[in-house]
Amino acid sequence: MDEKLKNELSKQGIFTTTLQNLYNWGRTNSIWPLNFGLACCAIEMIATTMARYDMARFGAEVFRPSPRQADLMIVAGTVTKKMAPLVVRLYNQMPEPKYVISMGACAISGGPFKQGYNVLKGIDRFIPVDIYIPGCPPRPEALLDAFMELQKKIDEQTLTGEKRPRHLNAGEPSEFVVPRYGAHDLEPTKNPNLWKAPLVQISQAGTDESGSH
Amino acid sequence: MTNSPYLPVIVLLLAAVAFALSTLLLAWLWARFFSPHKPGPSKNAIYECGLESVGDAWIQFKPGYYLYGIIFLVFDVEAVFLLPFAVAFSRFGAAESLAMLVFLLLLVEGLVWAYQKNILVWT
Repeated sequence: MDEKLKNELSKQGIFTTTLQNLYNWGRTNSIWPLNFGLACCAIEMIATTMARYDMARFGAEVFRPSPRQADLMIVAGTVTKKMAPLVVRLYNQMPEPKYVISMGACAISGGPFKQGYNVLKGIDRFIPVDIYIPGCPPRPEALLDAFMELQKKIDEQTLTGEKRPRHLNAGEPSEFVVPRYGAHDLEPTKNPNLWKAPLVQISQAGTDESGSH
Repeated sequence: MTNSPYLPVIVLLLAAVAFALSTLLLAWLWARFFSPHKPGPSKNAIYECGLESVGDAWIQFKPGYYLYGIIFLVFDVEAVFLLPFAVAFSRFGAAESLAMLVFLLLLVEGLVWAYQKNILVWT
């Protein structure tokens, strides 16, 4: 709909919207997170829901204990290799459209336990992450900021075309590979369709922001 | 017919049913036209705890604690009835005493049954 016409109509007291805007308005303001904490970040996540930080202002106070009723997975804490298949399976069981916030250094990269034998070096090896929050642990304000970024991201998604959510594309898979416990490591160690090891080129270092491609 | 006192109830009932059905219909149409159908093994799994379910749900439990709990509950309720009985004991007639005696004897019979079945001994 033409933006000018919309403005003109609203001056006359006529409110117009599109199906897409209405759909996104509903989705952005009722994101229900999965009630799922892994480590100390979960304490900050709990604090965010309580009265002082009050996540209910964003319509997200309804933490669902079942993945079938949740839209958002907040991976809050260290993902051990023992826990990784469970996280992926829970993500698979959530209904579309679903989003993931990777909260804290551990969920992003393994954090202080990165060199450990038993810690997954980032949940983005197995499930697609929408928002990363650094911090050890991130403060509740950081989680709220990530939440508002996610709301912006959802608001920009369309029902058709390139910017539609992943699940509306019939070719995209609905389930991601759930790793198995192998003799020494998870099998597979990562989802190759989802995560590629960053190749750092020493000669290119300093030429772009990340020094990698 | 227009003066029927139940007319508003019927109208409200119809509106309520229509609201529920139209919401379900809209959700169904939405799923039909916008969301591709993508079932999968994890998604269709019954258990939603992250773990895969192991074994069969049809297994046998040891009923010891259950029986013990039932007997406890019976005598717990008995105590509730015995307290007013004890308080008003001196003002009872023969009929009331007889009724209470039957009640107590039934419970004692249950206790004897439990004793004979060896339920009172925790194994």
